Amino acid sequence: MLRLFGRRLLQGLFSIIGASIIIFVISRLSGDPIVMMLPNDAPLSAIEEMRRTLGLDRPLWAQYLIFIQHALVGDFGNSYRWKMPALQLIMDRLPATIELAVCGLLFSVAVAVPVGVMSAVNRGGWVDRVGRVFAMLGQAMPAFWVGLLLILLFAIQLNWLPAFGYGSASQFVLPAISLGWYPVAAQTRIVRSAMLDVLDSDHIRLSRALGTPERLIVWKYALRNAAIPLLTMLGVYFAAMLGGAFVVETIFAWPGVGRTVVEAVFARDFPVVQAGVMFTSILFVASNLLVDLSYGLVDPRIRDAR
Amino acid sequence: MRAEMFRGVPWLALLVLAAVGICAAGGEALLPFEPGELDLGAAFKPPAWISGDWASPLGADNLGRDILSRIMAGSRVSVIVAFYAILFSGGIGAVAGMVAGYFGGWVDTVLMRLIEIQQSVPAIALALILAAALEPGLPTVVLVIVLTYWAWYARIIRGEIMALKGRDYIAFARVAGVGTARIFLRHLLPNIFNTLVVLATLQVGQVILFEASLSFLGLGIQQPDISWGLMLADARQYITNAWWAITMPGIAIMLTCLASNIFGDWLRDRLDPHLRQL
Repeated sequence: MLRLFGRRLLQGLFSIIGASIIIFVISRLSGDPIVMMLPNDAPLSAIEEMRRTLGLDRPLWAQYLIFIQHALVGDFGNSYRWKMPALQLIMDRLPATIELAVCGLLFSVAVAVPVGVMSAVNRGGWVDRVGRVFAMLGQAMPAFWVGLLLILLFAIQLNWLPAFGYGSASQFVLPAISLGWYPVAAQTRIVRSAMLDVLDSDHIRLSRALGTPERLIVWKYALRNAAIPLLTMLGVYFAAMLGGAFVVETIFAWPGVGRTVVEAVFARDFPVVQAGVMFTSILFVASNLLVDLSYGLVDPRIRDAR
Repeated sequence: MRAEMFRGVPWLALLVLAAVGICAAGGEALLPFEPGELDLGAAFKPPAWISGDWASPLGADNLGRDILSRIMAGSRVSVIVAFYAILFSGGIGAVAGMVAGYFGGWVDTVLMRLIEIQQSVPAIALALILAAALEPGLPTVVLVIVLTYWAWYARIIRGEIMALKGRDYIAFARVAGVGTARIFLRHLLPNIFNTLVVLATLQVGQVILFEASLSFLGLGIQQPDISWGLMLADARQYITNAWWAITMPGIAIMLTCLASNIFGDWLRDRLDPHLRQL
């Protein structure tokens, strides 16, 4: 187990270094960052001076080393726009994003588990069929459009819920649904097929033979086992939520990392874009790492196999 | 034999895809109106079945531009992006997967590491940083999608090739002195062709969603070009005035994705059922 843990950790570290190279190289594609920092009429000597102090006169690999050196201690430079450290800006906005991602995840699981269980228990029944139609539709609707439709219906037509903003509980509802909408289909499928496997197993048949009430069998004994595949996948879905947050936060004016980075892109505020993308990547890798490890914890066969 | 081949063909899905294809290929000739044509008198004209008229059946936007015409014109961007994105991501992914799967060793290790790195940056974040660095527009959209999806192809094709290369007929070919290039083209490629077709079809819907999301954020297709995602970004600003401007382009996105997903599922079941867990 420890060996697996060590190897996965190393792989994760490697991925993050790779991601930092990608981020660094792409941001340098955009041309000279100096132009962005100094006024247009800055004298040539000032540009040269700045270039030297920032180390931009050195070869690219040396520049990368400087970048990573600073990144390691959390220094991505100051935001051009907000005049504060980029990383701090991202950290300030992080709680709102995490809250949104958790609520989105809760919504998707809260829908997927009952629908998946009922689809499996009543295979081919109406829940199964309606669920499948919704899954097909859900996979074909972009998250931002779902968000807009929800605003149209619940905020504008019915006036039940606020269309944007952050703070009160009611402001969580629409963003969380838009974010959690897409993974529902996949999660339902995971629960359904796991349930079908478990319901067919010996210990469930034994409980049935012993006369245990069906409700108890399904929702307690079977679900407990069938939930494992979904639980181990939660990290993957959480990571997906972080990606989806970029779009959903923009629609609902949510003060999170996603919207901050999108706005920074338009303002050409590179330190913030770099810090935001780097940070999301680290969260992304970390959640995938957790998934791999939880597999090992849940299923001892995997521990030694890899 | 013929009847067997066509059993269960999702005709409705094919019809939708054909309609999108015709709109994209037909260009300006088919459009009821010039899609950029302004008519402020017709601003916010509702769809025909509410209180509008049949000249613009789906209504008009804030500048009186006919929504149906713009949806038809927007299909072109979706088709072009899907075509190039799939061509390049499938091509690069297939070559990388074949080479890594066949030769193994360090080539394989390098590829797998590259895939891991690529997957450690969320696709939309990659798109954001690329859009910040490059000029946003159709080529950037294609580049982002290719960078996101090539790994998906490479991983699956690699697995297929690893299974194939152990087969006797490949060993016989090698012993008989068949060159590596010929083994790739004549003996491996035909065997992964079905997989490639299925993956490409299943990717269409995802590419369309991706393009729409990027354009919606303002990082994809730019004005005055027309794309469904961009129409939605526009319509968002007057969401209280014209619900049809928000719903119609979205329905176009949904129907196109739905049709290509249904067609892709059918194709997978026919050609390559073991890919079902995708």
